[in-house]
Amino acid sequence: MEKIKKGVRLDHISKIYQDPKTGKDFYAVKDTSLEIEPGSFVTLLGPSGCGKTTTLRMIAGFESPDEGEIYLGEEPINELTPNKRDTAMVFQSYALLPHYNVFDNVAYGLKLRKVPKNEIKNRVLKILDLVELTGMEERMTNQLSGGQQQRVALARALVIEPSVLLFDEPLSNLDAKLRVSMRTEIRRIQQEVGITAIYVTHDQSEAMALSDKIIIMSKGVVAQMGTPQEIYYHPVSEFVADFIGEANFLKGRMIGKNGSNAVLEIEGNSLNVPDHDGMETGKDYTIVLRPEAASLADRGGMPCRVVLSCFMGSYQNYHVMVGNTLVKLEEHNPKNKRIYQVDETCSLVFDPESVHVL
Amino acid sequence: MLKNNKSSAPFYTDVWFWVKLMVFVIFVLFLIWPFSSMITNAFASSKAEGFTFYNFNRFFTKKYYYGALWNSIGVSVVPTLLSVLLGVPMAYFMTRYNVWGKKVWHVLAILSLMSPPFLGAYAWIMLFGRAGSVTQFFLNHFGIQMPTIYGFGGISIVLTLKLYPYVYMYTSGAMESIDSSLEECAENLGSGKLRRFITITMPVVTPSIAAGALMVFMSALADFGTPMLLGGADFRTLPVLIYNEYFSEIGGNGNFASAVSIIIVIITLGMLLIQKLWVSRRNYVMSALRPPKEVEVHGFTRFLVTLVPFLITFFSFLPQLVVCVCSFQTTNYSSFTGGFTLDNYTGLGKRLWTAIRNTFTYSTVAIVFIVVIGILMSYAIVRKKGKTGGLLDLLLMAPYVIPGSVLGLCYIVTFNVKPLVLTGTAAIIIISYIIRKLPYTVRSASAFLMQMDPSVEEASINLGVPPMKTFWKVTARLMLPGVFSGAILSWVTCINELSCSIMLSTGKNNTLTIAAYTDIVRNSVGSGAALAAILTLTSSIILIAALRVTKGKIRV
Repeated sequence: MEKIKKGVRLDHISKIYQDPKTGKDFYAVKDTSLEIEPGSFVTLLGPSGCGKTTTLRMIAGFESPDEGEIYLGEEPINELTPNKRDTAMVFQSYALLPHYNVFDNVAYGLKLRKVPKNEIKNRVLKILDLVELTGMEERMTNQLSGGQQQRVALARALVIEPSVLLFDEPLSNLDAKLRVSMRTEIRRIQQEVGITAIYVTHDQSEAMALSDKIIIMSKGVVAQMGTPQEIYYHPVSEFVADFIGEANFLKGRMIGKNGSNAVLEIEGNSLNVPDHDGMETGKDYTIVLRPEAASLADRGGMPCRVVLSCFMGSYQNYHVMVGNTLVKLEEHNPKNKRIYQVDETCSLVFDPESVHVL
Repeated sequence: MLKNNKSSAPFYTDVWFWVKLMVFVIFVLFLIWPFSSMITNAFASSKAEGFTFYNFNRFFTKKYYYGALWNSIGVSVVPTLLSVLLGVPMAYFMTRYNVWGKKVWHVLAILSLMSPPFLGAYAWIMLFGRAGSVTQFFLNHFGIQMPTIYGFGGISIVLTLKLYPYVYMYTSGAMESIDSSLEECAENLGSGKLRRFITITMPVVTPSIAAGALMVFMSALADFGTPMLLGGADFRTLPVLIYNEYFSEIGGNGNFASAVSIIIVIITLGMLLIQKLWVSRRNYVMSALRPPKEVEVHGFTRFLVTLVPFLITFFSFLPQLVVCVCSFQTTNYSSFTGGFTLDNYTGLGKRLWTAIRNTFTYSTVAIVFIVVIGILMSYAIVRKKGKTGGLLDLLLMAPYVIPGSVLGLCYIVTFNVKPLVLTGTAAIIIISYIIRKLPYTVRSASAFLMQMDPSVEEASINLGVPPMKTFWKVTARLMLPGVFSGAILSWVTCINELSCSIMLSTGKNNTLTIAAYTDIVRNSVGSGAALAAILTLTSSIILIAALRVTKGKIRV
């Protein structure tokens, strides 16, 4: 595919809907600006109602923004109807044409473009090979499994060689195992074709596995955009920390400095954490502690009491009380470790370098 | 709030704006305008100056007239109640037990509902009328005088046997969609079979029974052919009154008939509103994840559960058999004499071909319009609702509320004067078909469309196919099964339409239904039977063929 890769830019986009019950206007998407680089795989992640699907549908052209401008490459596309936009979408329900077979479904977009018959055949067969559906050309879509239907939908979108590929929760109708293998497939195909992809999901592990960049949305605005690592290790808010993975929040007050570290008082313990710009003595801070970053020991950390101890196979799941704060943690590979029981008192230990201060 | 909306195109470039506009123009021209002309007409009279209540005064002071109101209410309420008594048990047995010949009874129920409107009355006269074969048989062999078929009782029985399928079909639809876990839950909590039926099944299906009953009530109230044949001189209903008054007011403007029409519309509208209010508080939306299982019964029990649908459908289908048999019997002008002959058919000669040609030309032209408007209109209602979608939906109810004879009168009153003179033309009959029978197609197509995944259309547009091309290539194509089953009902009811077209026809425009009906009224029973037999056979063949094609998915 010899096309020039194109990125997508959203410039102060807003979408206003009317609440059907109260009749009041509200922002589904509010003043959102984004820059999606050519050839990258970007995921829009967030809880339902956060505006991620609306954003995707505005890029596809099914919704038009009330404010702002959308650019495909350098070209503003607000005025273009969906059929004139160089985007192709893979739908949650696959949206295959039930009256066509696999070949005709994939060829559908090409036929309209008046591509010569021979070329259509070559391109369809090539794309079916890419999604590993060779030999299925004559099947009707209702004779396919969910995963196969998904591949047809993907092939149909890819074959017209769009500048941008859009995914609207494409894996949510598949069972858990298939979901994992399909997301690997999608990533492989996107890398092979080198196309710009924008992917909507509410499944954080999907976002992690697929993306170059994750955009976390909440209540119509972008909460954070970054690589999976940035978002996991350096969340900008409690919302992001809580949404991506499990997180414990420990509240404390900064009581002083110790070299390059800040000293926080948390539930009567003092803790040295890496200082970052603008931390001031006397102010309140929250630290984010991931469950896998902490463990229990007989002594040497914050005193705590076990309230739940549960064997999960690959790890032992604990809930402990540090003062009045509940902390969840995962002790991995627990086979040869000491297992603490409920009501035991022990000590919560973690590397201060591994926490993130909000 | 700032909205620059720069991407939304002006309204007049949107195809759906024009579609809605077209539909509104059609309805304004052929429903709202004629109906409002009739209203003004009702408040005028040659006996009084200007705006007057003269017609209404006359109606409510003379027993001859207001008696017809009570008669109408009587022959609507009684068949409604009787239909519930027949339809609900039939629905219960048909959905819950392994009844023998289930499909046959189901098809027979649809056939009797879709039969020509005067057929039942005619056949019952043939059997139980003054010279009817059953009456004569009992009189000659046992000296027993059978009770009369004419008047209130006879009309009620005939209408019940024709219209009960509404209750049966609405109720069985609801009974099939009760999730079986609901009844299992009741059983699990210790509730017995009868108690379960009364406390769980009945309340859940009651809204559907009510909807079916309303259809029976409105159809019975609007029915013209049955009371005309069985009412005789003493028992008039409102539709009969409208017809008689209009054609007896020589040179009149139909002022009085218009007033009667308004009264009948107020009754149907009232019933509709009561039902809507009642249902809106009892709307149990169900989608059966596990539809209820059929109970396997054997031997005598199975015979008993089969007997119920068998007896009901037998008596409701009997008229069609009687008519077919009669059509091959020799006649002595007004009564059958016994022997078998083809004279009834051959005697029709040219008249038959005119009637057949008219019937099929009118109904086919109407159905082409109905299908095209139906596809566009149901899409506009379901997918492009906007501010006017609800209004379109409401307009669709109008043909249910306005009886055929009333719409016929509206058209005569409106279209026999300039600017638009249409009376006496084939066009006006076709237009009345379109307005009256469009709802079958729109409702069926909309129901189908609502279950269709909208992202299929979006996918097509997204792949570069323009919206209108997508509509015809994908959406309309996928809607076809829904459109088809609705259009079949529209078509068959067009073919059997009597109450409206008889007001509008001028002899040369007679359809099979009108020809058969006028022959029967004129006591030309032989040719009447032949025409009616052709009619009922045609409808049956169309319906059975359509039921085969759609695998039984035709819902009235």
